[in-house]
Order: sequence, then C-alpha cells, then structure tokens
Amino acid sequence: MRVVSTVRVSAADVRPLALADDVPIDIAVSRSTSDRVYRAVGYGAGASTLVLMALIGLFLVLRGADAIRYAGWGFFTETRWLPTPAGGAFGIAALLLGTFVIAVVALVFAVPIAVGTALFITEYAPRWLRKPLTSLVDLLAAVPSLIYGIWGAAILQPREVYVSRFLSDHFGWFPPFHTTSVTGSGPTNLADFSASGFLAGIVVALMILPICAAVMREVFAQAPAGEKEGALALGGTRWGVIRDVVLPFGKGGIIGGSMLGLGRALGETIAVALIVSRSTRVHDLLEVLKTGGNSIAATIARSWSEASGMATSALMAAGLVLFVVTLLVNAGAGFIVGRSRSGAATEI
Amino acid sequence: MAVIDLTTEGRRMPPHDHDYDEAIVEARRVDPDSVITHIGAALAALSLTWLVYERLTPFSGALGFVFVWWAMFAVFVYVLARQQWGAVVALNHLVRVLVGSAAAVALIPLGSIIISVTARGWHGLQLSFLSNTLRTASTQSKFSGGGAWHSIVGSLEVVGLSMLISVPLGVLTAVYLNEIGGRMATPVRMLTDAMSAIPSIVAGLFIFAVLIQSHYLQQTGFSGALALSILMLPTVTRTAEVVLRLVPGGLREASLALGSTEWRTTRNVVLPTARTGLVTAVVLGVARVIGETAPLIVTMLGSRLFNGNPFTGKQDSLPLFIWTQKVTATGDNTVTASWMWSGAFVLLALVLVLFVIARMLGNRTVGARRG
Repeated sequence: MRVVSTVRVSAADVRPLALADDVPIDIAVSRSTSDRVYRAVGYGAGASTLVLMALIGLFLVLRGADAIRYAGWGFFTETRWLPTPAGGAFGIAALLLGTFVIAVVALVFAVPIAVGTALFITEYAPRWLRKPLTSLVDLLAAVPSLIYGIWGAAILQPREVYVSRFLSDHFGWFPPFHTTSVTGSGPTNLADFSASGFLAGIVVALMILPICAAVMREVFAQAPAGEKEGALALGGTRWGVIRDVVLPFGKGGIIGGSMLGLGRALGETIAVALIVSRSTRVHDLLEVLKTGGNSIAATIARSWSEASGMATSALMAAGLVLFVVTLLVNAGAGFIVGRSRSGAATEI
Repeated sequence: MAVIDLTTEGRRMPPHDHDYDEAIVEARRVDPDSVITHIGAALAALSLTWLVYERLTPFSGALGFVFVWWAMFAVFVYVLARQQWGAVVALNHLVRVLVGSAAAVALIPLGSIIISVTARGWHGLQLSFLSNTLRTASTQSKFSGGGAWHSIVGSLEVVGLSMLISVPLGVLTAVYLNEIGGRMATPVRMLTDAMSAIPSIVAGLFIFAVLIQSHYLQQTGFSGALALSILMLPTVTRTAEVVLRLVPGGLREASLALGSTEWRTTRNVVLPTARTGLVTAVVLGVARVIGETAPLIVTMLGSRLFNGNPFTGKQDSLPLFIWTQKVTATGDNTVTASWMWSGAFVLLALVLVLFVIARMLGNRTVGARRG
C-alpha cells in the first residue's frame, strides 16, 4: 500500500478545477503505532539486504588488503600461487585465466544445448510434455554441486578422456585442442587428459544449463503469436518461423541468459575443486584438454584448511576478485535481460 | 470473521494457466512419409556406422558409436528429405532433429547422475550408516560400522538454524518490496538479484572475515548456518515476492476498507492467502542450501564425532562428510568410497524429495508458479 506523504491543503489551493488540473490530492495519513512499527520493521528487512551486500564487499577488502598491499600490482600479474603464512609469491593472474577458461568451455557446451532445449520446449514439444520437461531441466539446477563433482570425477572422466585424446589426435591443429604430454616430450597418453579444465567445463555446463534455458524459454515463449502465424501463413516452415521470428525476438534473452550462466560458471566451486588438478602454469591452463585447469573458487576451497596469516589474506583477496567479477557479469546480464522484456522467473 | 472469509475466498481462486497460452494451435497430423523417412534414415545410419566404425576405422567404444550414428542419422534425414521435398523442408527436418537432440542431451546427464549415485550408494546404505558416527570406524575395514549419523544431525541443525534466520528476514523483505515499497525498493530488488548470484564460497569467506577472524565466533555449526542463510535469503525473498504479488489487490483493499490497519491486512489477509506459496519459498530456500559445501569448508571444521550442539565445538554436516571422504581418501580405498557414495545418495534423495514437494505445492497454488 503506497501511501503518499502528508500535504496540507489550504484554502488558497482550492480553486475551480479545470480538467487538466484533475490530479489526485495527497491525503494526510496518520498511522497507528502498530503500523509504524510494521513499516519500520519492513524497512529494516529491506535495508538488511543492502547492508549485507555492502558489508560483504567491505570485509573482503579489509581482510584481503594485507595480501594486496604485500603483493602490490604484482597481485594482478603474478601467475604463481604460493602464499605462505609469512608472505610468499602469489598473484591472481593464472587463477583468473583458469576461471575464465573453464567458464568459456562451459558456455560453449551450455549455450547451444540451452537454446535447443528452450526451443524444443516452446516450439516443438507437445503440450503435455512441456511442464514435465521444464521441471526436469530445472531439476538439473537442484542437484548439489558436490554431487556433480563426484559424478564428474568418477563417472564422466573415464569416458571423457577418450574424447579428449581423439580431439587432440585429430584436431590438434586447432590451437585450443593442441596438447603436449605432461612429461614434456613424446606422445600423449590417456593419463595426460584426466583432471582437465575441459572436463570441469563440461560439468559446469550442466550446472548452468538450467538457468540459461530458463531465461531463453521465457523470452522465446513471449515471441508474438501473430507474427509466428503470419510467417506460417506465408508458407514458412517451422524452422523459418524460428529463424525469422523467434530467434530475432529472443536475441536479448539468449545473450542475457548466457551471461547469467557465465556469472554462475565463474563462481562454481566444489565441482571444479573436485575435478581439476590445479595447475598455475599458463601453458597448462591454455591447453584445455590437458591435466591442469584451475579456478579462483576451487583454489580457495582446496587450500583453505591449511592457510593461515598472509595465506588466508591472499585467499580473501582472491575471493574479493571473484566477488567483483561475478557482480559485474551479473549486472551486465541483468541489464540485457531486463531490456529484452523478460526479467521474471530467472531463478530455478 | 470477515477476514477469514476473505482468505478462504482467496485460496479458491481458479488457478491461472498462463503457460504458453499464446502458442499457435496447430493441426498435428502424423505424416506417414515423414515417419518412414525417419525410420529409414535411422536404419541406414546404423548400417553405415557399423560398417565405418567397426570395420573400416580403428575406433571403439559405445559412446563414439552412438555419436557417429546420431550424426549419420541427421545427415540421412536431411538428404532423404531433400530428395523428396526440396531444400527448405529438408532443413526444417534437420533442425527438428538437432533441437530434439539438444533437449535429450540436457537430460541424459541427469539420468546418469541419479542412476550412478543410486547404484553406488545403495549397497552401503545399511541402518548402521544412518545410526553410527565415525568415532570408532576404521577406513581399513568394511565391518567397522562407520556412519553419517553425526553429519545428518549436523546438516539438519545447520539448515534449520539458517532457516530460522533467512525465512523471517526473506519474507519480511518480500513484504517490504510488495506491501510497503518506497524509494529503497528498486535497489533492494537489484541487490537481491546480485546476492542470489554471489559465489557460495564468498558467503563463507564473509562470515569468516566478519565473525571468526574477529573472534566473535568459533568455527561451529552456527557459523555455517550464518553463511548458508546468506545464500538462502535471496531465494526466499524472490520467491516470496512473486507469491505476494499474485495476491489479488481487491483482498487488500477490502481489508483496508473494513478499517484494518496495514499490519493487520498483511498479517490476516495477505500472508494467509499466500501461505502455500510461502511454504514453497521456504522449501526452495532449503533445497538451495542443503547441498552447499563450499561455505561450510570455510566456516565449519567438520568432525568425525557426534555433536548435538551447533553453538560450541566442531560439527559435521552431510556435504562436509562427502567432501572429506572424497578429499582425504587415499588411492582406491573402498570403505571411504562407499561412505562417500552412500552420503551422496542420502543427500540426493533429500534434494529430490524437496524438489518434488516444491513442485507439488507450486502447482497447487495461485501464487507459486515459477519459471
């Protein structure tokens, strides 16, 4: 109930009204004590979100400051991550690179599948199948990260290494697939392809798929029925309708959904931590198929229990970088999705 | 009392089915030519794949076979359709195969996860797993009777505590956004969205930085609950807000016109009308955090022993139990692997049950349709 603020209406204000002056008059409201308490509590709850977000940023800065001061600008250029309680050499560069490599692999897999799934649900599936199918895709988002991690390492990896080796053997001329053996020379063997950023990317793709698909589905479903029918009436095939009406209309949703997925992929922790072998050599990180792979969140999770002193501060600083990057990506995504007329229902 | 009548009236509202109401109504006629074309393409692709894959090239493996078969099938559908109906229709058929495959590909991993976790977790799931702790358990013997009782209790307490924090706060925030409003509403809504996207480990780091490093708290179950409540809050807020928005404005106006205060309107009309939807919000919030591991690694230490008090001493939780078995397992220790899979099975079952409850409630109410 939005009640406007108090305005005194004096005699001077009362004059014959022309139609153009026909505006609502603000009414003086006096609230009971219970309502004043109610509104104050409501404001407090609303403000708590603002305060919490501000505090998260503030405290990560405060606790990470030691490490950033110690490392200076080198924090953003150093690739090694070897913090000790007293100091050591550490920088975010390789971790950030690894985070983005995994996120990009995830997007390469998730976006086409999400577009296909969303199109299937909105355009192809029979009516009775739509709701159950939507629920099943959403169920992918409900499965805990931890379970994705142990599944990826135990079930998917033994199968994925063959695919990686195949890609490396036959498509090695394509730079991302070029792989050198771990020993540095000689041909690659299967073990060179385990625990890779590629595998982590595939698993993360599954985890971000539901949010991408949900956003796209919402936007595709809003494609104007009149234009679709018009395209069909002109003799268009179903693909013609999708190409010329649904996809152009849903472009914002595809981009926005992908960016929301990117934001989630960057922050994915446990699944990545359980899969990658956490290399900080840039060379290893760029060869996605090879053992290695790393991410900021995975590094925090894996090295937290042994960290103390400066090492803890370094992890806090890494967390701060992750926090800022995901906030920026999500703000961008929110902006794009909002403009494409679909802000609703982007959650599970 | 009039107010009660209003609420029952509210719940009797016909469910809105605004799902894809605008979809084009289409005469779905099964075209025999098209069906035969698809069957023919599948058989031709199977034969060719068998020839190429098994005989002519040194490949092996079921996964590769299925993939090549699928690719051949798509090509054959296109070629056969093109011969019969021309390029435009053929492309239409090809896209349908590709789009249908994308949907199938999205669901295969889900099936694989559920089946493999069940298959591997089931046999280790005896009563002792649910009733014992790891106090005397040895990782060397299958019969030492280790279990996850301490972790299950820990999980329930930690998630329960975070519920106690997040549910009132989230519902109140939703009430603020929807019933009170004001200049702060837009930033609050934006930051709730931003909050739902913060990496879960950052929530753990925050609680550690604010409370544990400052020695206000130890690494106990309560610290873990605080971290989880940060993750649960945006889910509860957003779901509750959607639900409250669907309470008809006429109910509020009727209540206010009868002389109720705003507080009484919210308490006696708005919240009861949206009751089922609010329960959905809580269930979704719980489902969001029950499997979270990362923040607990930072804020709780985990334990092998039973500790019923989340405010003092080390405590374990189910995700931490699984994580510990996975990370500390050396080589192919079958005992820890069995514990891990059984723990994962219990966790997955909990999540699935919560998900089904949320969907069932969501389908039943006006207020709870979600994307």
